[in-house]
Amino acid sequence: MPVLWLFLIVLALAAIGFIAGRMRVTSAGGKRPHSLPNYYGWNVAMKVMVPAYLALVVWLLAQPFLVNSQVVGMLGDRAVPEGSTIGLVMSDVRRVADGLDATVAQGLMTSEEANSIRTEFTDVRDRLGEAGVALGSNVSSEVLSAAQTYRTLNATGNFWMSTVVILLAVGGLAWGITQSHGSFRARNSVETGVRIILLSAAMLAILTTIGIVLSLVGNTWHFFQIYPASKFFGSFTWSPSFGGGSELGIWPLLWGTLYISIIALIVAVPIGLFAAVYLSEYAGPRMRAWAKPLLEVLAGIPTIVYGLFALLTVGPLLLSVFGRDGLGWMQAGTAVMTAGLVMGIMLIPFVSSLSDDIINSVPQSLRDGSYGLGATQSETIKQVILPAALPGIVGAVLLAASRAIGETMIVVFGAGAAARLSLNPFDAMTTVTAKIVSQLTGDADFASPEALVAFALGMTLFIITLGLNVFALYIVRKYREQYE
Amino acid sequence: MTDATSQGGARPSGPSTRLTAADSRTKKRNASEKRFRAYGLAAIGTGLFFLVVLLTSIISNGSTAFMQTFIEVPVYLDPEALDPNGNRDPADISKVSTFGYNPLIQNAVFEQVQDKGIATDYEDAGDMKALISASAAAQLRDRVIANPDLIGETVDFQILASSRVDGYLKGRVGRDSITQDRNIDAGHLDIVDALREDGTVHKSFNFAFITGADASESRPEQAGLGVSMLGSFFMMLVVLFLALPIGVAASIYLEEFAPQNKFTDFIEVNISNLAAVPSIVFGILGLAAFIQFAHLPQSAPLVGGLTLTLMTLPTIVISTRASLKAVPPSIRDAALGVGASKMQSVFHHVLPLAMPGILTGTIIGLAQALGETAPLLLIGMVGYIATNYPEGVISGFMSPNSAMPAQIYEWAKRADPAYYERAWGGIIILLVFLLVMNVIAIVLRRKFERRW
Repeated sequence: MPVLWLFLIVLALAAIGFIAGRMRVTSAGGKRPHSLPNYYGWNVAMKVMVPAYLALVVWLLAQPFLVNSQVVGMLGDRAVPEGSTIGLVMSDVRRVADGLDATVAQGLMTSEEANSIRTEFTDVRDRLGEAGVALGSNVSSEVLSAAQTYRTLNATGNFWMSTVVILLAVGGLAWGITQSHGSFRARNSVETGVRIILLSAAMLAILTTIGIVLSLVGNTWHFFQIYPASKFFGSFTWSPSFGGGSELGIWPLLWGTLYISIIALIVAVPIGLFAAVYLSEYAGPRMRAWAKPLLEVLAGIPTIVYGLFALLTVGPLLLSVFGRDGLGWMQAGTAVMTAGLVMGIMLIPFVSSLSDDIINSVPQSLRDGSYGLGATQSETIKQVILPAALPGIVGAVLLAASRAIGETMIVVFGAGAAARLSLNPFDAMTTVTAKIVSQLTGDADFASPEALVAFALGMTLFIITLGLNVFALYIVRKYREQYE
Repeated sequence: MTDATSQGGARPSGPSTRLTAADSRTKKRNASEKRFRAYGLAAIGTGLFFLVVLLTSIISNGSTAFMQTFIEVPVYLDPEALDPNGNRDPADISKVSTFGYNPLIQNAVFEQVQDKGIATDYEDAGDMKALISASAAAQLRDRVIANPDLIGETVDFQILASSRVDGYLKGRVGRDSITQDRNIDAGHLDIVDALREDGTVHKSFNFAFITGADASESRPEQAGLGVSMLGSFFMMLVVLFLALPIGVAASIYLEEFAPQNKFTDFIEVNISNLAAVPSIVFGILGLAAFIQFAHLPQSAPLVGGLTLTLMTLPTIVISTRASLKAVPPSIRDAALGVGASKMQSVFHHVLPLAMPGILTGTIIGLAQALGETAPLLLIGMVGYIATNYPEGVISGFMSPNSAMPAQIYEWAKRADPAYYERAWGGIIILLVFLLVMNVIAIVLRRKFERRW
């Protein structure tokens, strides 16, 4: 039974439950019920929906996983041809199984036939071809029988899923309706339920973090099993070659990331900080009203736009000044400088609005004290406000740095593809994020070290940015407490 | 006594003691004050200057994508070539491939050139191929199949010009830049010049760019953003229907019900950290969780939507909590005072009052998700030519598609100036969407925001 139907059946049962529960209380007469009638309805509806949908979601997530491991166990190592991996064989199995499904759905094959055909007697590829399913190669007998098991397992799984979900829904319906009599405290029951739903929504944040950590750790572990960690962290060359024998040292990428981020901060911090000081200390309300939103437009522009701007506008511009026709320092438009400059522009509003908040939260009494001693406005800012706001500003700069390190699209377009350890800011270099994209969108097999290295890079990136964020938030919070 | 004080009063040393005239030190301090102000103004000016440069470069490079060059000529639809059996049977007509149509178009252009008396060295209609887009034949074929009665007649047809001709009219391709080009010669450009003067070759508004599908690498003149716009639309539906309810539920819990304890702190730390996790890490999560683990189809808007939902959730939670916090406690107290339960006070009174703020935050979160590219690259929404519109709602969510920013990325990767123009044009469309969303958010805020 398709999931959509299951979903709708449960929904219909819930609607029936709502009406039944409500009616049972309103038509009973006698003593006034404990709660408003709708609460009795909701009580039944929740008891129908929550367990049934929960079971549905868990089942949908677990079934492919279980079926997969069953089929992999059945296939064993014999079925994997030389130079292939179990993952590739499994995707063949799935394709054949889907093809059989499509053939049966079009009426070109009975379902018994789909379960019993053998490669010795039938040309499976031809039969599936009739249904418009094109297979890349002939189907081996192991793959076919695995595909058939896969189909049977999935069919059984789907049957039991439908049964369990509907039983749960009907059970919930019966339970809810028997509960619906005047003395039952329906409101309290519904409110407890809603509270649990709200809590689980909040816990999704924890689940996401766990998901990120698991997906990074699991694949990084795989990577370190086929590629030594000592080489990953110890080598100074990055030269992936898809034929094998690649050298995947992280240092050139980290250096590129760091170099670009430093240039971006050199651009963004002074401009952002001065803009924030001017806007919060000098500018009148009218200037604030238009200059601040205009600056923040820069933050609302998607990073792909900055990427294109770097590639097609800033790069050629820098090349015409520093390139072969000018000073001769630059080989191509993509360089650390290009990416850093554009990233700096992107970060200006980030630095300025964070620092603006921080400068505004310096107490007025400090300013008044300084003016009272005869200091000018700029002296007050330089000698009183900025020192007082310094921890907060450092926090803001760290947050901006973490942004710069994690930025992807600008470096994909602006920084170049060559991994290189160089001091010349006009050289093309590459970053951790750019390599994550290129390793995972390339043609590499998913199980090869060249693709899996992306997860190790992602892990490094995650740890660095997380560390920076936690530290920055700690500083900012501590600073806020100082003046509260 | 007065004498004594006037004589013995300690006078500050220094050349000038009058308050009306500034001494050198004051001058210095005032100058440094002015300098400091100027730095601040310069910083704001630089920021705004960058904004102006960015916007002008987008508009000047991208606006040309909205115009496209067409060659308007009468095409004779030869029955012998298009309907060899002569029975006007749609099944027979659709057997004729685009190869049957190419000569007709080339002949039509060549005849036009000869009719106008344009001097040219080309003697064969096949030489006109360089002027015509490779997809013109398919467009003509579609028109004939839709209306077989046209066969045998001469119809005026807007032939899509090739990207080189289009570039020549837009100034992207020049006579000196085509010397190495195998696709077009200077002689072709002479013909274009002549045809342009009498209006046969002209530019008109490019609807196909807004509604059309992506095209292969060699046909930039045909590529459009329409299909990937739909992909983005389905993704935004997923984000809206998941992120809004979950985000609001989480915020209500944290703001109204959560007890002050370690666990609540842990949730809050998680949310504030997730808000700062680089977007590409969410891409890795989407790849590992939805594609590797749950085996959802690659490149499907559903997967993109789920990934973007996880990414947008912290933004929505943070803004929703702010607007819940802005509802004054007196509202809650009044509701509790007349006997409402805590749950009723929140759902009947606080939430409706906070709704405008929540919607504003959601729209801004959606706008952020709409422009996000990096996570989409990892779940396979690139390298894929989105040529077909989804057939229905389910295939809209499940069948492979692209998204606006991913399509722009794809075009920019193709390293062809004609595709760069499309990429800039795509950015204009994307920015128009973002602008509209932000304006709606601002209007909502202005209209419904209450100051307590």
